[in-house]
Amino acid sequence: MYYLYIVTAFALAFSLIADRKKTLMAIKIAVKKFVNILPAFLTMLILVSIVLFLVPDKTISNCLGNNNKFVGMIFASVFGSITLMPGFIAFPLCGILLKKGVPYMVLSAFTTTLMMVGVLTYPIEKEYFGMKVTVIRNVISFFIAIIVALVIGIFFGEVF
Amino acid sequence: MKRKDIKIVSISAYIGFILFSFITGFDPGKQIGENFVTFSVDMLKILPCAFVLIGLFEVWVKKETVEKHFGKEAGIRGYMWAVLLAGTTVGGLYVAFPVAYSLYNKGAKLSVIFTYIGASAICRVPMTIFEASFMGIKFSSIRLLVSLPLVIISSILLGDYLEKRNYKIMEGK
Repeated sequence: MYYLYIVTAFALAFSLIADRKKTLMAIKIAVKKFVNILPAFLTMLILVSIVLFLVPDKTISNCLGNNNKFVGMIFASVFGSITLMPGFIAFPLCGILLKKGVPYMVLSAFTTTLMMVGVLTYPIEKEYFGMKVTVIRNVISFFIAIIVALVIGIFFGEVF
Repeated sequence: MKRKDIKIVSISAYIGFILFSFITGFDPGKQIGENFVTFSVDMLKILPCAFVLIGLFEVWVKKETVEKHFGKEAGIRGYMWAVLLAGTTVGGLYVAFPVAYSLYNKGAKLSVIFTYIGASAICRVPMTIFEASFMGIKFSSIRLLVSLPLVIISSILLGDYLEKRNYKIMEGK
């Protein structure tokens, strides 16, 4: 995370030295773009706060640990799609579940959909790419996640 | 303007509900409020920097440069650059969308920006290292080796399909 601040600071400093006017323009563009997309972000944050309340970590853990791995995988991919979780929460959670005996393929379905499929980021994605493309991209991503999970399952000897 | 009204009403209702919950000590509402704050803080740590970098990108990087490396003539290199750039992206999809949009406006090909979006979801370097430390290197390598080609192939198919239909990404954001 810190490297983002360092890179931004350096980029800004270099830009200022090179051309004051251009830098000011860049800041203006940054503010304008940020303000334009802010309502979509607000919508997303509201949805996230409600969904995370309705689907707490505990529910996710319980459903992922379903006895049937394929049922678990489907649950995992649905939860991964509808929730939004930063990596520093999601991976430790998966680490714990792994130790509890949840199959790799179930966890893979969860993390991959978590990263690639964004039901909650829909308001933002739609602003940039339109509804149709957003839906297509998310559906494709969902299937990619399922394929990845199945391959992981095969490699870890969980499917056969 | 009707849609806008609905939006304003629901956002006000949300804020009212959270305030009410904190005053009366209604637990579910308080939890939702806390979730909101946690995630807002998380994103505010990243977004200002991301947008400043996007602004600098817009004024300094020439259209020809983007066209050359991410555009139609770039060929396979375009996808390679998209994946490398994605590897250094922070945050997640919500950062990748505005970056992809700026790239597109500077002349990047549709299939390349879809590759960038997909790749920034699955192969951000710090995240992948973190993942491997919990799930094992075998897990992370299989995941990457399977998902990345699928992302690139599906992006090419989607990009070509949309280009044939003369799809244009919305303007003004």
